[in-house]
Amino acid sequence: MADALLQVREVTKRFGGFVALDAVSIDVAPGERLGLIGPNGSGKSTLVNCISGVLRNDSGTILFGGADVRAMPAHQRTRLGIARSFQIPKPFASMTVLENLAIPLEYAAKEWAHPGQVIADAQEILGQIGLAQKADERSNGLTQIELRKLELARAMAAKPKLLIADEAMAGLSANEVDDILALLFMLNERGITIIMIEHIMRAVMRFSQRIVVLDAGKKIADGAPDDVVRNPAVEKAYLGE
Amino acid sequence: MLDLFLNAVVAGILLGGFYAAVTVGITIVFGMLDIVNIAHPAFIMLGSFIAYYVNQTYGVDPIVIGVVATPLFFVLGMAMYRIYYTSFERRGQEAIRGLAFFFGVLFIGEVSLILVFGVDYRSVDASYIGTNVNIGPVGLPMRLFVPFVVSLVMLGLVELFLGRTFFGRAIKAVSQDRLALQLMGASPARIKEIAFGLSIATASIAGSMLIIIGPVEPSIGRDYIGRVFAICVLGGMTSIPGTLIAALIIGIAESFTATFYGPSWSPAIAFGLLLLVLAVRPAGLLGR
Amino acid sequence: MKRSPLPFWIGIVVAAALGIAATRVVDNQYYYFAAYVVLQYIVLSTGWNILGGYTGYVNFGVAGFFAIGAYSSVVLIKWLHAPMPVLILVGGLVAGLVGLGTGYLTLRLKGVFFSIATLALAIVLQTFVTNWDYVGGSRGVYTIRPRTVMFFGNYVEFLFIVMFGLALGAVAIAFLIERSWIGRGMAAIRDDELAAEAMGVPTLRLKLFATTLSGALMGIAGAPYPYYVTYLDPSSGFNLSYAVNSVAMPLIGGTTSWVGPVIGAVLLGTVQQVATVTISSAVNLLIVGLLLVFFVVAAPDGIVGLITKLVRKRA
Repeated sequence: MADALLQVREVTKRFGGFVALDAVSIDVAPGERLGLIGPNGSGKSTLVNCISGVLRNDSGTILFGGADVRAMPAHQRTRLGIARSFQIPKPFASMTVLENLAIPLEYAAKEWAHPGQVIADAQEILGQIGLAQKADERSNGLTQIELRKLELARAMAAKPKLLIADEAMAGLSANEVDDILALLFMLNERGITIIMIEHIMRAVMRFSQRIVVLDAGKKIADGAPDDVVRNPAVEKAYLGE
Repeated sequence: MLDLFLNAVVAGILLGGFYAAVTVGITIVFGMLDIVNIAHPAFIMLGSFIAYYVNQTYGVDPIVIGVVATPLFFVLGMAMYRIYYTSFERRGQEAIRGLAFFFGVLFIGEVSLILVFGVDYRSVDASYIGTNVNIGPVGLPMRLFVPFVVSLVMLGLVELFLGRTFFGRAIKAVSQDRLALQLMGASPARIKEIAFGLSIATASIAGSMLIIIGPVEPSIGRDYIGRVFAICVLGGMTSIPGTLIAALIIGIAESFTATFYGPSWSPAIAFGLLLLVLAVRPAGLLGR
Repeated sequence: MKRSPLPFWIGIVVAAALGIAATRVVDNQYYYFAAYVVLQYIVLSTGWNILGGYTGYVNFGVAGFFAIGAYSSVVLIKWLHAPMPVLILVGGLVAGLVGLGTGYLTLRLKGVFFSIATLALAIVLQTFVTNWDYVGGSRGVYTIRPRTVMFFGNYVEFLFIVMFGLALGAVAIAFLIERSWIGRGMAAIRDDELAAEAMGVPTLRLKLFATTLSGALMGIAGAPYPYYVTYLDPSSGFNLSYAVNSVAMPLIGGTTSWVGPVIGAVLLGTVQQVATVTISSAVNLLIVGLLLVFFVVAAPDGIVGLITKLVRKRA
C-alpha cells in the first residue's frame, strides 16, 4: 500500500525461545477500519504492544506516517498519533474520570492547552461517550462497561490518528457491545483510523472493511471480511482439523 | 604471593557457598514469586542470635540449633505471608505499601535485637571454630568450611524439594503461570504461604552459619541486602544453581578485595555488581 | 485545578512571620534545638514524598542522601570556609546528582530495583565516608559554630531560621508540583505507569526529575547539619533514625499531598523529641517502626486519609 498510515514490515518478536510474532506484515490505510482476529495466543496483543511501543520488536520495521518508530518510547508514539486502549482497563485509580482524561489531553497534545481548555475538551469527550455525569467520580468506582468506555475516552483524549481498540468489548452484553461499536463508528467517521481486536465475531464483521488473521505469530489471512471468514486456513486455526 | 592468591580464591569459594544459602530464601520469594522481602536479612540475624543464645546457655552446636529451629521459622514465615497477603497482595497495593511493610519489619527486627542483645559483637563456641585444615599452601578454615558444606546440602535439599515434591513443583508453577494453577485446583496463596515459610526456614540455618563464620551484631543484616539481591539477579532470578554460581562469583570478588584492599569495602563490591547487572539487563517494564 | 492557591501562600507568609517572631521571644536554646530536628524532618519527609508519595517509587536510603549533604558541607567548610547558602546549594546539587545517577541506572526496571539500590547505596556511602580521612573517617570531625551572626542572638537561632526557611521552601515546592501538570503526570505514573506511558506521559523523564529533586531536598536538609551537631561521625550522619523516620512520617501522615509529610514530621518528630528524654533511643525507634507497620497495614492513606474519611462521613 503506497501511502499507508501504518506500515508493519516483517516484524518479529521473541520471548526467550518462544516466537510470538513471525515476520508479520500489515499495512493500514488512513481512515480504514481494520479488524485483527486470531485464536488466543496468536500474537495479537504482542503486535499491539510492538506498534504502541510497550515492547520493542526484534526485527522488522514499523512506519507510522512514514516515520520509523523503532527508537521511540511509547509516549512519543502516542504524541505522534498512535493511541491504544488496554484489554483489561487500567484507569488512574486515584483520579476522577475527568482527571483521567486530563492526562492524555495535557501530555499527548502537540501544543500547550490552558487548564480551562483541557477541562472543556474532557467534558466534551465524556459527553460523546456517555460518561458526562460521572465526570467527578473516582475512577475506581466505575462499573465494567463504564471502565471500558473510560479506556476508549482516554485513548480519544490523546487525539490520535490511529486508535487500536484491544478487546474493548470483552465480557459486555449485546447492548453494551452495540454502544461501543457505535462509538467506534463515530470516531472513524471523524477520520480516525481504527484497528479493532476482538473475539466477538458479529462486531468484527459489521465494523471491519478488512480483516487480518493471526495464528501462532504468523499472518494467515488478509482481506475482505466475507473472504476471510470462508478461508479454510482461518477455519482450521479456530476449529482445528 | 601465590599463597595469598590461592587462599583468597578458596576463602571466596567457601564464603560464596554460604552466600548462596543466605540468598536462596530470596530466590524463592523474590525470584520466583515476586515478593520483595527486604526483611529477609532480619530473619537471618534472628537465626544468628537464637543460635548465640542457645549455644551460650546450653552449649549446643549452632548449626544443630539452626536446624532444630527451622519448623519455628517456617511457621513464622507463613504468618508473615498471611499478613502480607491480607494487607497488600489482595488489595493490589504490594508495590509501595508492601515494600514499606517489609522495610518496617527489617527495621523492627534490627532494633529489637539491639534492645535485647545490645550493639556489641557476639560469637558462638564450637569445637571446629578456629581450627584449620591445611592442604598444601591452602588453608581451609573450618569456620568457613563447615558452613560451606552445610550450605551445599541445604541448597541441594531445596532444589530437590522444588523439583520432586508436589508443593515444590507448585511453587515453580506459580512463578510461571498463576491462572494455570487455579485451574488445577490449588490456591496460589496457599502455595506462596508455603514458599515463604520455606524461605524463612532457610534463614534459620543461614543465621546459625553466619555466627560461626564470624562475630555478629544486629546491624550487619543491612550489609546483606545489597549482596543478596545482587546474587539473586545475577543468578537469573529463578534458578538455584544460578544462585550458587552467582554467589561464588561475588564471594570470590569480595575475598579478593578484602585480601588486597581491606575488608571494609566488601558491601561496595556486591552493590557495584548489582548496579552493573541492573544496568546491563534489558530495559523495559515488562522485561524480566 | 480548582481550589484557589491563595490560602496556602498566606499561610506560608504567616508561618514565616511567626518563625521570625519566635526568635525574638524565645530564649531557651533547647526549643531551637528540638524545633530544628522537627523542621529537618519536614524537609526530609517532603523530599521523600515527592518521589515516594507522588510518583510511587520508594527510597530507603534517605540517610545516604542526608549524609551527602552533611559531608559535602564538611568538605566545603574545611576547604573554603564556605557560607551557609553555598553549603545548601552544593549539598543539594551533589545529592541531586547522586539521585539522578541512581535513578538513571535503575528506573527503567521495576520499581523494587530502585528501592533495593537506594538501600544498598546508603550502606556503600557509609563505607566510603568511614574510609575517607579528610572528613574524619570513623573518628568523626568537629565543626565550630561562628561566634556571632547578624540579626540573631546566636548561631543556634540562625540555624533554626535557616531550617525553618528550608522547610517552608520544601513545602512550597511540593505544593507547586502537586498542583501542576508535572504533579498530575507523577500521579499517573504512580497509579499505572504503563497506562501513563501509553497516554503520552514521558515516564522516565518525570521519574528522573522526581528522583533528582527528591535527592536534592534530602541533601539540602543535611547541609547545615555539621554546624548543628558540631561533632559529626558516620554513625550520626547515617543514623538509623533518618532511615526509618523519613519513610514513616510521610506514610503515617499521608502521601498524596504536602500536608501528610508535615503532619507526620510534626507529630512524630515532636513526640520523639519529648520521648528521648524519658526512653532510650532504641525503644523510640522501635515504636516508630511499629507505627510504620501498623499504619501501612491498617491505615494506608495515613492520618490525612483518616481525617478525609471522617469528614466525608459527616457530609
